[in-house]
Amino acid sequence: MSGLEINIVNKSYHAGDGHLGQQTIADFRLSVPGNQFVCLVGPSGCGKTTLLNMIAGLDKAFDGSIVTDDSHRPPKIGYVFQNPRLLPWRTVRQNIELVFDGQPPTALIDSLLTEMQLLDAQHQYPQRLSLGMQRRVAIIRAFAVNPDILLLDEPFVSLDAANARQVRASLYALWQHRPHTVLFVSHDLREAIALADRLIFLSASPMRLLEDVDVDIPRQQRHDEAAIEAFRERLLREHPLINRLL
Amino acid sequence: MQARRLQFRSQWLAALSLLVLLGLWQLLAMAVSSPSLPLPAKVASVFWQACVSGELPFHLGVTLLRLLVSFVIAMLLGCAIGVLLGRNASVDAFFDNWLVIFLNVPALVTIILCYVWFGLVESAAIAAVVINKVPNVVVTIREGTRALDRDLLEMAQSYRFGKRKTFVHVIWPQLHPYVMAATRSGLALIWKIILVVELLGRSNGMGYQLHLFFQLFDVASLLAYSFAFVAVIQLIELLLLKPMDRTSLRWRR
Repeated sequence: MSGLEINIVNKSYHAGDGHLGQQTIADFRLSVPGNQFVCLVGPSGCGKTTLLNMIAGLDKAFDGSIVTDDSHRPPKIGYVFQNPRLLPWRTVRQNIELVFDGQPPTALIDSLLTEMQLLDAQHQYPQRLSLGMQRRVAIIRAFAVNPDILLLDEPFVSLDAANARQVRASLYALWQHRPHTVLFVSHDLREAIALADRLIFLSASPMRLLEDVDVDIPRQQRHDEAAIEAFRERLLREHPLINRLL
Repeated sequence: MQARRLQFRSQWLAALSLLVLLGLWQLLAMAVSSPSLPLPAKVASVFWQACVSGELPFHLGVTLLRLLVSFVIAMLLGCAIGVLLGRNASVDAFFDNWLVIFLNVPALVTIILCYVWFGLVESAAIAAVVINKVPNVVVTIREGTRALDRDLLEMAQSYRFGKRKTFVHVIWPQLHPYVMAATRSGLALIWKIILVVELLGRSNGMGYQLHLFFQLFDVASLLAYSFAFVAVIQLIELLLLKPMDRTSLRWRR
């Protein structure tokens, strides 16, 4: 449960020939309180994945800083990548157990597998599963570490609607059960409204913050599609800029 | 069902081809009727005598021991250098030329130089084999290291796998096919080199014996020893390498 202070002055990719490449992120500031569920919405290729990689500590080549509240200990990160990134030579269960040092928590893993309806597949190798199942394994893996910060990079892309709805519901239930800071990248505005406390709209490259909107629909009404649709229409009316992004 | 019948047929064909080869040899030997091409039965009896006298097992054992030692050293050294070169572009750029040179030095030159510099001793023989083999391992493992999946490495990094866990669960399974390839090609290479090494500077082992038979024009013994040799290679392939492949590739679709 740690908050985040993001302050990125400049992030550029270096072209292979040593020349300064294109600027990806410019003057990006974002402050996320602990346990907030934030959705990042922006056009594809705008640098959202880069931002998540920087928060996860995978990409350190930038000017600026990313700090957590709890600065004397690095935050525990759960990362659901855009592709599942499971180890193909380890079973579903081994893939989840590997993120723990020492004894993995059997009861927790069992309950997560049950929640995501994967208990029967736990001893299968990932390549024998459908992509939807692999994505759910990746989500379990990220949840199981009990992260301070959970990063989700379009985790429901390429799932069919029913599957996506089910995984989304599981994710939401898990988050409510054990709250933590979430940064969720999405293209789907309805999905973002249904899940998030706060929506961050981002511009195309170089990425800047365009709009910062709080979602004020009470949590118990989030399954109500009419409420979400109403919010979406109001949002698009009040911020015409967003329309052009999507 | 179909698959099983196909498998049965291919096994039957493999056995038949061996019999045909044996038959051809028999016919040819009968037609030539010369001590330089003995009959299969003659070779078999020489083989049996050499086994009973303990001579063949001794020399085969000596060669196998040399093979094992030089193979292990070459694989360890080659893997370490290969991973280093694959991970580090500037080290790779520096040593690439060395690698090309060592790859192309004829095996015979290395062997002679080792004997000249270090004397006709066991360590010189082992060193000669290792020097011949290491560049091959390096090239294969370097390819494997370059092909490592960055996505999975990032995953391991973000979940704080640590060095040991990353190596065992992320890197090694990806390198494994390359190590197996290096093992296969390496064994085939070492088999051939080690005989020359023994022929030139050792007083035991298969290479030494073959040299002796050459001087005596004892073709029957020469063939008997060769068959023992080929049989051992096949056994290693069948009993060691194949099962290793199977257990480690279970996960493939």
